[in-house]
Amino acid sequence: MEKEYALNIEDLKVVYKTQHSVVHAVNSLDLKLEKGKALGLVGETGAGKTTTGLAVLGLVPNPPGIVERGSIFLNGRDVLKMNKKELRKIRGKEVSMIFQDPMTSLNPVLTVEEQISEVIRTHNKVNRKEALEKARQMLEMVGIPGERGSEYPHQFSGGMKQRVVIAIALACQPDVLIADEPTTALDVTIQAQVLEMMKALKEKYNTSMVMITHDLGIVAEICDEVSVMYAGHVVEHGTLEDIFDNTRHPYTRGLFDSLPNMEDRSQRLKPIKGLMPDPSNLPEGCAFCTRCAYATEQCEKVKPPRFWRNDTHYVECHLYSENDIQKGEVLKNE
Amino acid sequence: MLKYITRRILAMIPVVIGITFIVFMIMKMAPGDPARMILGDNATPEAVEALREEMGLNDNYLVQYGRYMINLCKGDMGTSYKNNRPVVDEVMTRVPATFKLAFVSAIVSILIAIPLGVLAAVKQGTLFDNASMVVSLIGISMPAFWLALMLMLKFSLQLKWFPVQGANDGWRSYVLPAIAIGFMNMAAIARTTRSSMLETIRQDYIRTARSKGISEQEVISHHAFRNALIPTVTIVGVQLGGLLGGAVLTETVFAWPGLGRLMVEAVNARDVPTVLGCIVILSIGFSIVNLVVDLLYGLIDPRVRTMYH
Repeated sequence: MEKEYALNIEDLKVVYKTQHSVVHAVNSLDLKLEKGKALGLVGETGAGKTTTGLAVLGLVPNPPGIVERGSIFLNGRDVLKMNKKELRKIRGKEVSMIFQDPMTSLNPVLTVEEQISEVIRTHNKVNRKEALEKARQMLEMVGIPGERGSEYPHQFSGGMKQRVVIAIALACQPDVLIADEPTTALDVTIQAQVLEMMKALKEKYNTSMVMITHDLGIVAEICDEVSVMYAGHVVEHGTLEDIFDNTRHPYTRGLFDSLPNMEDRSQRLKPIKGLMPDPSNLPEGCAFCTRCAYATEQCEKVKPPRFWRNDTHYVECHLYSENDIQKGEVLKNE
Repeated sequence: MLKYITRRILAMIPVVIGITFIVFMIMKMAPGDPARMILGDNATPEAVEALREEMGLNDNYLVQYGRYMINLCKGDMGTSYKNNRPVVDEVMTRVPATFKLAFVSAIVSILIAIPLGVLAAVKQGTLFDNASMVVSLIGISMPAFWLALMLMLKFSLQLKWFPVQGANDGWRSYVLPAIAIGFMNMAAIARTTRSSMLETIRQDYIRTARSKGISEQEVISHHAFRNALIPTVTIVGVQLGGLLGGAVLTETVFAWPGLGRLMVEAVNARDVPTVLGCIVILSIGFSIVNLVVDLLYGLIDPRVRTMYH
């Protein structure tokens, strides 16, 4: 049966062209988000996660950013083929984004309710007063007393600002919500609250969600599926179970090894050695080969093909072939 | 709010005292004897000495300054050494001409400069941007008095569109002085507005605004412009303050009956009371402009507003 996708990104390539170099931020990215599901997009800083999110809204800053090829189907329509007016119509209404840093994501000179009501007024036929009323309801929904709507962002704490940003993103009940590290800038205690709230709201509105994060704990908490992204490309994708229990890609393995292990505290953390390759000068073959313990000559020269372990789980790595991907761990626990 | 304004107005008093004190002392230390100047070269030393005594010029400088300030509080700025008229009258007849010219040129330059700066920022890197920035670079680099002379040469003497000098020809007499004074200000305001807009446009909240699906025009006018306005207001304030007193050269070139020219004449004649009178008015004017600027900050930026309470 053909699945219904809220968001379907195929072969997306985004580059940032500067005077001296071309930065390959997103490279042949495939991403599929089923309706009502939550997809975790995991990867290190600089993996192109945010750029991917911006591309869905048609907001890749240009210049210097250029979407070179690919398609982004949102509710069956290609965002990349839309003109400015069509793009404006989907932003906030069909897809909205929660930005990383709530401290800088709100306009300091406008009241909070103005900033929420703006998106409501843009996409619904309501007058100013009704929009403000609705804005206050949204505030209540994210756990802020409605009467505080007439205050300015600087009068709010960080966690409350992020709630406001979430209220803006959800104000028109978008079909797809892209949450770009929504809790990175917050305290751990506030993180949990905000995550709980997002989870509840997602269920309430049946929103499909892309959760961009580098925190595997958040993924386990909220997501149904995971795409692991490295240097602008998805290297492994699967359900929570696939990824957490049947890790295949050495990079994904490395991500897990970088987490502290509570059961065995004498164990030292095993961070992934090295740094992301320079995105303006990516290796010809697998982008991870410079840091991979299993890398061979082939890895440096040839892009690894995609191997499916089952209907939901694939990995792009030369370690496997059509047959032995089923056989479980090739990766040894060092 | 009212408390804040009252506090700020009271704070103007030390400013005026400080400025007048410095100018008073400088004028006193400058060579030349006012009594001798009033009586002329042929007066006897006895007559000069008698006048000095009468005018209180033999007292300690501090005593003289104190006396001046007490009179000032009563609204008496003394008598001009040059023509024996009360300085208050002399200064007040000049104030309207200077202030009118300052405001006309400020308003015109603001009305041109801000849209220019915003457009240049929005169309960054285009021909329009480059052209307007080159023009404003020229504006900043060109001395106002030189521009005044050139304008006069072309439009008054050759084309005869506007009067050469003076303020007796209605709005036509304002055109050239206002351009001469305002061009540099316009240039500076435009450049400030542009760079501050450019910085604002890159902020995260502008991205948030765009993600709401509102039009680019609204993003610029509703979200970016107000945030970008603060540096612009600062520079407008500084310049308007400067215009009130700083148009000395331009006023002289155009024989404009304003404070600037009065002050130049008074300095040349060692007419201490008139110089001081001008300075007092200008420093009060400058302080008021600064107060207005600070209040405007609060109007634009709610974060500043909280400091008023």
